[in-house]
Amino acid sequence: MSHNVAQTKQRDVRGLAKVAGTVVLASFLFGFAMVPLYRIACEHVLGIKLAGDVVAQETVAAMEVDVSRTVAVEFVAGVNSRLPWEFAPEVSRIEVHPGALTEVWFDATNTAGSAIVGNAVPSVAPSSASLYFNKTECFCFTEQKLDAGESRRMPVRFVVDPRLPADVRTLTLSYTFYENEIATRRLAATAHASPSLAQH
Amino acid sequence: MAHAAVHDDHHDHHAAPQGFLARWVFATNHKDIGTLYLVFSLLMFFVGGSMAMIIRAELFQPGMQLVEPEFFNEMTTMHALVMIFGAVMPAFVGLGNWMIPLQVGAPDMALPRMNNLSFWILPFAFFMLLSTLFMPGAGPQGGWTLYPPLSMQGGHAVAFAIFAIHLMGISSIMGAINIIATILNMRAPGMDLLKMPIFVWSWLITAFLLIAVMPVLAGAVTMLLTDKYFGTSFFNVAGGGDPVMFQHIFWFFGHPEVYIMILPAFGIVSEIIPTFARKPLFGYQAMIYAIASIAFLSFIVWAHHMFTVGMPLGGELYFMYATMLIAVPTGVKVFNWVTTMWEGSMTFETPMLFALAFVILFTIGGFSGLMLAIVPADFQYHDTYFVVAHFHYVLVTGAVFAIMAGAYYWLPKWCGNMYSERWGKIHFWSSVISVNVLFFPQHFLGLAGMPRRIPDYNVAFADFNMISSIGGFWFGASQLLFVGVIVHAVFFSKNRATQQVWEGARGLEWTVPSPAPHHTFETPPVIDDSMLAHGDVSH
Repeated sequence: MSHNVAQTKQRDVRGLAKVAGTVVLASFLFGFAMVPLYRIACEHVLGIKLAGDVVAQETVAAMEVDVSRTVAVEFVAGVNSRLPWEFAPEVSRIEVHPGALTEVWFDATNTAGSAIVGNAVPSVAPSSASLYFNKTECFCFTEQKLDAGESRRMPVRFVVDPRLPADVRTLTLSYTFYENEIATRRLAATAHASPSLAQH
Repeated sequence: MAHAAVHDDHHDHHAAPQGFLARWVFATNHKDIGTLYLVFSLLMFFVGGSMAMIIRAELFQPGMQLVEPEFFNEMTTMHALVMIFGAVMPAFVGLGNWMIPLQVGAPDMALPRMNNLSFWILPFAFFMLLSTLFMPGAGPQGGWTLYPPLSMQGGHAVAFAIFAIHLMGISSIMGAINIIATILNMRAPGMDLLKMPIFVWSWLITAFLLIAVMPVLAGAVTMLLTDKYFGTSFFNVAGGGDPVMFQHIFWFFGHPEVYIMILPAFGIVSEIIPTFARKPLFGYQAMIYAIASIAFLSFIVWAHHMFTVGMPLGGELYFMYATMLIAVPTGVKVFNWVTTMWEGSMTFETPMLFALAFVILFTIGGFSGLMLAIVPADFQYHDTYFVVAHFHYVLVTGAVFAIMAGAYYWLPKWCGNMYSERWGKIHFWSSVISVNVLFFPQHFLGLAGMPRRIPDYNVAFADFNMISSIGGFWFGASQLLFVGVIVHAVFFSKNRATQQVWEGARGLEWTVPSPAPHHTFETPPVIDDSMLAHGDVSH
């Protein structure tokens, strides 16, 4: 009788330990599930656009230009401290009508002695207005490769959605350029590999 | 039935078995493992404390005097990791190991071998973490929160710290599973859930928090590791990641974690105050529900640690109000402790003094927490010494004082001797005065704008920093008294403890002899409801 009690207890303990182990595993996976959940929460619950994805021309064409008001758009450009580039907007501030397609230009120069691939990461402030800022073309959508000493003029075409709340009078679009280390390394590897191939 | 466990047990019941190594390295006895945890945490308390002494010495005067800024940053980072994962958490697990089986009438923990493993992982984890201090490229310097991109800019020490954190996490998870299994399966017949001592309840809830959030931390640091070494971009902006996301994942672990470090303290204090007030705990069930509510709320308030990252207004308002809500169950607990003492026949032995200091000083830390919860105010307080003062009030005068209270309270049961009441009181008064000299001025420094984690500061902050450092050295030296009192009690005291030890003590642990024999409750005890710590539950 007492043996049975002890055995049942031991079984209960094992069962409980298994349940607890499952909770542990689920929590570990939940940590990783927070990566997509974070995006979903930002974009669908809090209304912040994280990714500066391309917006189709048609969507923008369907917007009516609101000539009754203007919004100031300011441009900020910076480079990560590890990237030896110079990077600046050609104009730092313009006034636009919501709904009107606008084009601005940015200039980047590679001051290093070798080719570097960079990626620009955009950010719109205030974050609550990020939903209303649409880019139809941007150098941030792709990798930018600059050879040693090379300069490039790069366009951004954008439309401010006319549904932008009236209390937002100024939008700031900022870009930070980072070195794309993997692409740069690959580039350096192919550059070294090609001469040796030629010898064969 | 009365002989339940005796059949399986062929050990010698009274003498401590085997040689020294076999006893401690292969320990499966909950009391031995509890002792190992407590000794280890005391050792880590001094390792982490020495780092704090270096920090306070450098901050004694403005300007750079003693250490390089890199080393200073290593000290702030390591002090936090060592104190949280090496001192406070193992101390609670040690107290839980010792007291939970005794308090619920179980012969041992449910999973004794796992118990051994979860302790012996810890010395290796800390050896790995502390070894980074001697590595080329130095130890982690980005703060215990390991925020990327800063934390990733260190050398390979980051990888050592991450693996050490993995090990500490595995250790705590196994400890938590063991405690859950013990409490739910090993209680003596008649020890219903709502008759359990409040310390056992606080640990049951804490253990659930541990298994829910430690794996999330493991996930977060694993992402850091793959970002650094395997080319992923969870937090790397250049690859499309988001460093703010790390803060969300980290604090989803981090906020429950801070309650992991205080709920068992609530339990200890709820044991001690009734004993020395000679009254049952007021509102036993309310206390349990309060702990459970605090535990639940801890999961939904994490972003109050990061009000300044640029959250939408709605998010800030939600996290502000949800955070303030925690003051309600916490207030219930403070009121119940005070009401327990009301019209009680109080005496002020050392454990009670520490418990009283806990109630008062933890409440001060709670109030500064409420101030920090106010979003517009937090923009000024964020990352200043006000935050440092706040969390040291809840962790040092909260968690650490409760651990010391528990150590004084149960020490006679562990070693069979009374400690020196005179030196215990000297230790208490020296600690309680110096800790306020140490941390109270830091509130003012923070309000005046002194940032945390800096080795040098504006001369305007000089006087308060000097006062704080003097308090720091004094508090650090006072803890040597603690070691002295313990060593004296264990090895030299001639004053034998009685079985009940304290006149007003109630509960199963006081029904076994002092010192508690190596094996207890092999025959389940008969529960006498009127002898429960919180009074007769039928009323």
